[in-house]
Amino acid sequence: MTVLFSIFLLTLSVITALAIVRTRNLFVAVMLLGIFSLLLAINFFLLDAADVALTEAAVGAGISTVLFIAALALTSEKERDGTSQRWLSLLVVASAALVIVYATFDKPRFGDPNAPVLQHIGPWYVQHTPEYVGIPNVVTAVLGSFRGYDTLGEVFVVFTAGIGVLFLLSARRSRSGQRRPRSDATEIGLRDEILLRVVGRLLVPFILLFGLYVQFHGEYGPGGGFQAGALIAAAFILYALIEGEERTLHALPRRVLNGLMVGGALLYGAVGVAGMLMGSNFLDYSVLAADPVAGQKIGIILIEAGVGMTVCGVLLNIFHAFASRDRVQ
Amino acid sequence: MELLQDTLSWVLLTAGGIFVLIGGIGALRMPNLYTRMHAASVTDTMGAILVLSGIMLQAGLSLATIKLVAILVFLLITSPTSSYALASAALIAGIRPEAGRASDRPADDAIPPESRK
Repeated sequence: MTVLFSIFLLTLSVITALAIVRTRNLFVAVMLLGIFSLLLAINFFLLDAADVALTEAAVGAGISTVLFIAALALTSEKERDGTSQRWLSLLVVASAALVIVYATFDKPRFGDPNAPVLQHIGPWYVQHTPEYVGIPNVVTAVLGSFRGYDTLGEVFVVFTAGIGVLFLLSARRSRSGQRRPRSDATEIGLRDEILLRVVGRLLVPFILLFGLYVQFHGEYGPGGGFQAGALIAAAFILYALIEGEERTLHALPRRVLNGLMVGGALLYGAVGVAGMLMGSNFLDYSVLAADPVAGQKIGIILIEAGVGMTVCGVLLNIFHAFASRDRVQ
Repeated sequence: MELLQDTLSWVLLTAGGIFVLIGGIGALRMPNLYTRMHAASVTDTMGAILVLSGIMLQAGLSLATIKLVAILVFLLITSPTSSYALASAALIAGIRPEAGRASDRPADDAIPPESRK
C-alpha cells in the first residue's frame, strides 16, 4: 500500500516537474515548485524520514516559495524568450540524468534487507545510541553527535550562503544612511487588509511556539535546529508579509539577525573547542559533564541551538535582503 | 464497539474522499476563478473535517487525536483566510466576478488597481 502511494506521489512529482519546465510564467513555476516540495515531503514521510520531511515542508514549500516570490517582485513574472541555448542545456541535463539512472542500477533494491546500510551501519546506530548518547531519536544522535562534523559543515554552508546573499543583495542605502521610502506592499505589508492581519497575527505566536517545541523536542521526536530555525523564520516572514518589513526589522533588527547568524555558527564551533580544551577530540561532547551520556545531551542541545540560530538568522537575512531592494528597472 | 468505530471511521473517510474528489472535479471544470475557488473550498471544509474525523476515530483517545484536532482548527482558520486573500487579490488584479464569464483575464473595463483602496 505504501509502495503504491509512493509510486502515485512520484508520478505526480514527475508531472509537476515537467509542468515547471514547460510553463513560461515564472509565478506559476514558483507555485508548482512549492507543490513539488510538498509532494517530496510526503514521500520522505512515507519512507519514515520524518525529520527530512519536516525540513522539506518548512524550507522547500514554505520559505523558498516566499523568497522566490520576493525575487520575482524585483524582476519580472514572465520568462524572456530565447534566454538560453535550450538544446545544449537539454543535452547536459539528459546526459547527467543518464549517468544517475545508470548509477542506481548498482544500488540495492528499495527495502532490500541485504543492503549494506541495513547490515551493519543502521543497526549499529540503533543499538548503540541509547548506550552512548541516551536519546530516543537516533536521527538527532547521528546528526548532532556521531556525525557532528558533517552537521558543522552544513551549518557553515548555510552561513556562507547567507553571507553570499548579503554581499550580493544587501540593501543600498542613500548617502544620509536613510533608506529611500517605498510605496509598495513590501514596506507597509497588508495593513489595509483587516482580516488577513487579524488571522496572521493570531497565527504568529503559535508558529513561534511550535518552532521552539521542534527545537527542544528534537531529541525525542522529529525535529531539531534546522526545522526549528526555518519555522521561526517563517513566523517572522509571515509577520513581515502582513505588517510590512519595517515593523519586522523593528521587532528583530538586522544587528540581532547578524548576531544570530554568526553566534549560532560560533556556538557550534565553541562546543567543539570546549571538548578539546577538556581533554578530548573536537566535537566529542562526552567530556562536557562528569557523566559521558549527560555530556552528550548537553552538547547536542547546545549545537542544535547553534544550528537553529544560524538557520533562522540566515533565512531572515536573505528575506530582508530581497524584500528591501528596489525593483530592477 | 471496535467494529462500530471502524465502520463509522470508514464511512467518514469515504465521504471525505468523495467531497475531495468533487472539489477536484469542480476546480477543473468550473468556468472562472471565483467559481473554481468555490468548488475547491469543498475540499477545505467538508473534505478536511470528514477525513480528519475519520482518522480521529482510528486514533482513539490519544495524543494523536489532540494533534488532529489542532490541525483541524488550524485548517478551519487558515483556509477561509487564504480563500479570502486569493479572491481579494484577484479582485485587485481586475478579475471581476461575472456570471457566465469564462476567463481569468482582467476585463477591459476593470477597475484599475491604483484607484481601488
